[in-house]
Amino acid sequence: MKLKKILPQLITLLFIILIFGFFTMNAQENMDTRGIEFGFGFLNKAASFDIQFSLIDYDGSMSYARAYLVGLLNTLLVSVIGIFLCTILGAIVGVARLSPNYLIRKTATFYIEFFRNIPLLLQIFFWYFAALRALPMPEDAPLLLGSSFMTIKGLYTPAPIWNNFDVFMIALIISMVIIFFFNKFAKRKQEEEGIQYPKFLISLGIFILFPALTFLIGGVDLSWSFPKLKQLALTSFTFEGGLGIPPELIALTLALTLYTATFIAENVRAGIQGIGRGQKEAAASIGLTPSQVLKLVILPQALRIIIPPTTNQYLNLTKNSSLAAAIAYPDLVLVFAGTAMMQTGRAIEIVGITMATYLTISLAISALMNWYNKRIAIQEK
Amino acid sequence: MNKINLFKPSKENLNIFLIIGALFFLLGVLDFCLNNFQGKNITFFLPGFISFFTPLIFGMIGLYLIRIEFSGIRLLDNLNKNINTSNFNAALSISIILLIIFSVAPLLNWFILEATFVGDSKEACTGDGACWVYIKTWFNRFMYGMYPNAEQWRVNATFIIVLGLMGAGYFSPLRYKKYLTFYYVIILPIISFLLIYYLISGGEFGLVWVETGAWGGLSLTFIVSFFSLIFCFPIGMMLALGRRSDLSVVKYSSLSFIEFWRGVPLITVLFMSAVMFPMFLPDGTYVDKLIRVIVAITLFEAAYTAEVIRGGLQALPRGQYDAAKSLGMGYWRLHFLVILPQALKLVIPGIANTFLALVKDTPLIFVVGLLELVGMLNLAKTNPKWLGFSMEGYVFAGIIFWIICYSMSKYSQSLELKYKTDR
Repeated sequence: MKLKKILPQLITLLFIILIFGFFTMNAQENMDTRGIEFGFGFLNKAASFDIQFSLIDYDGSMSYARAYLVGLLNTLLVSVIGIFLCTILGAIVGVARLSPNYLIRKTATFYIEFFRNIPLLLQIFFWYFAALRALPMPEDAPLLLGSSFMTIKGLYTPAPIWNNFDVFMIALIISMVIIFFFNKFAKRKQEEEGIQYPKFLISLGIFILFPALTFLIGGVDLSWSFPKLKQLALTSFTFEGGLGIPPELIALTLALTLYTATFIAENVRAGIQGIGRGQKEAAASIGLTPSQVLKLVILPQALRIIIPPTTNQYLNLTKNSSLAAAIAYPDLVLVFAGTAMMQTGRAIEIVGITMATYLTISLAISALMNWYNKRIAIQEK
Repeated sequence: MNKINLFKPSKENLNIFLIIGALFFLLGVLDFCLNNFQGKNITFFLPGFISFFTPLIFGMIGLYLIRIEFSGIRLLDNLNKNINTSNFNAALSISIILLIIFSVAPLLNWFILEATFVGDSKEACTGDGACWVYIKTWFNRFMYGMYPNAEQWRVNATFIIVLGLMGAGYFSPLRYKKYLTFYYVIILPIISFLLIYYLISGGEFGLVWVETGAWGGLSLTFIVSFFSLIFCFPIGMMLALGRRSDLSVVKYSSLSFIEFWRGVPLITVLFMSAVMFPMFLPDGTYVDKLIRVIVAITLFEAAYTAEVIRGGLQALPRGQYDAAKSLGMGYWRLHFLVILPQALKLVIPGIANTFLALVKDTPLIFVVGLLELVGMLNLAKTNPKWLGFSMEGYVFAGIIFWIICYSMSKYSQSLELKYKTDR
């Protein structure tokens, strides 16, 4: 009996060791013959290539490690924007799919069936190479909303110029901390004494009031820099000032949002449908108002169904953002696994680091969501 | 004639309200159409902001006037029930109707009315619409990549034979049914591989050898997805069983294998297969690019399949295991005869989604330089003779992929219904 348990494990172990051993041995041999030394020392060398779009200061004289950071931040930027937008869109479409209005229901269904059945890469290409290329040149671009320009070279919007931005940020953080403790306090009051505070309104008030105060007494000042057309050469124009969002980022965000939102919409629909009618009726029969029914009975239960698959979609979005490499948006894959690898030729280290980075992000997000999921799970008594 | 109160639509003056309401509604649509397609603004006398919203306002008034309960006209009642229950709903309905009008007309123009269908060069495309001549000219390339034109019958023949063999299994007589799994999992892949090796690749029996680098287009999409689909399923099944195993070494190695592949993007996996994998092989060995890609995609999707199947395994009640064990079944018989058939039935939608994701992921193989449909489009787009038709190409590929994926998902839904058993 013992043997029956140990033997398969031994065989598996042997198999794994053999494969890994075979690979490492070959890698060692190959690197020896090519005269490459395994190591991460190259990260400190000057990268000597430029990156089109960067959130932090970067130029070619900085190290490969810095280039890696630029790529990572760009990946995170597009992921965060995408997750934010696709959650909103997905929630709206998911609710719309259950609407009693025939037209709305069918439109939502059409949207979902249309966008989820076309490869994401194709959608990215479509937005970048076909749709955004049809936009006007900077000199012909019409004014949007009185301040922005949508051109073939990207979207130009006014950029905020802050004075004493850190004071503002600190006020924001303090207001969030206050809101957190206030909500805890309100919850305890409700559970112990049954007193209900208008939690949302007070929270919103604190959230607006505190940062607003800094404008009056903290010396915080906000002004806007507007994009202005500038002539570079006879036929070449560009915009100066303001915030320039490159078309690669727009195309990528658009495609990721529209694609992932279809999946989130389906999750939302399944979550709402997964709650029995009885729950709603029971809640109404004990005298809760419709908004209370939604807030206290439906949503907490629906979220329990919605969150786990939605987390998966967030992860998918983050991983799919690596398709950026196809349209030359300088994300982690393009900057590091692309350009940096071409220059250094260190395939194993660089692909390894890239994969490890994504693995860390994935495991971190799923750990966070597991924690949250456990917190809202049914606590059976 | 009763007195008419315009603000309270009632049943007594049904016809009058109907006519006035319909007129208002049509006026809204007319205003919208004239505004958008003719450039005329019939409400120019109103301030800009209101003038912009007039179609919506007219439409809402119209729908308000015909919102009469129990009118006795079935069409009207249905209309009211479905799109016109309240002012808010009416506003949404009108916005959607106007949006449809706004988008359908230009699309129709672009697709058909102003499009060019006849001709054989770029010069034929003079209209404002799509240039389908481009697709017609490049059609062979989009389907077969760089595969020589004279040899393309070989690709067609292979696909027809493989499809026939798949169908043969489906329509096989009842007494062979028990070998069906064996046939699909082992015999069919071997036959297809041999067919592809000898017929598409060639080199023997007097056929010209065509290297895999020349394969491409939609046929390559099919080849890659076909093999990955067939191989990822059994591997995923074994991984799912491994992850639920009592043996800790098996369990944790399956777990880390699954989590590794699920944690990294496919594009980096393909990078790995392209640049990192050759470093791990003995010097001088060469594995064909296509095979490396298929192996990479298979392992990647197998991890996802494993998680889906695990969900099915977990959903089965303990009693099933206990009952099978009490009949004296061992591990393998228990799983293959009792557990897996039930678990797989439960997870048909999940498996279908994984397979769909696989098909949608195939365009990524451009990373290693293999050009399937989307890759060929990007190549054709840069051809100096055919600049500026990327839109047509992407729309064409979008339609093809959409048809493939949509029919797959519909098929999975029908399978789900077919194998649904009450529990």
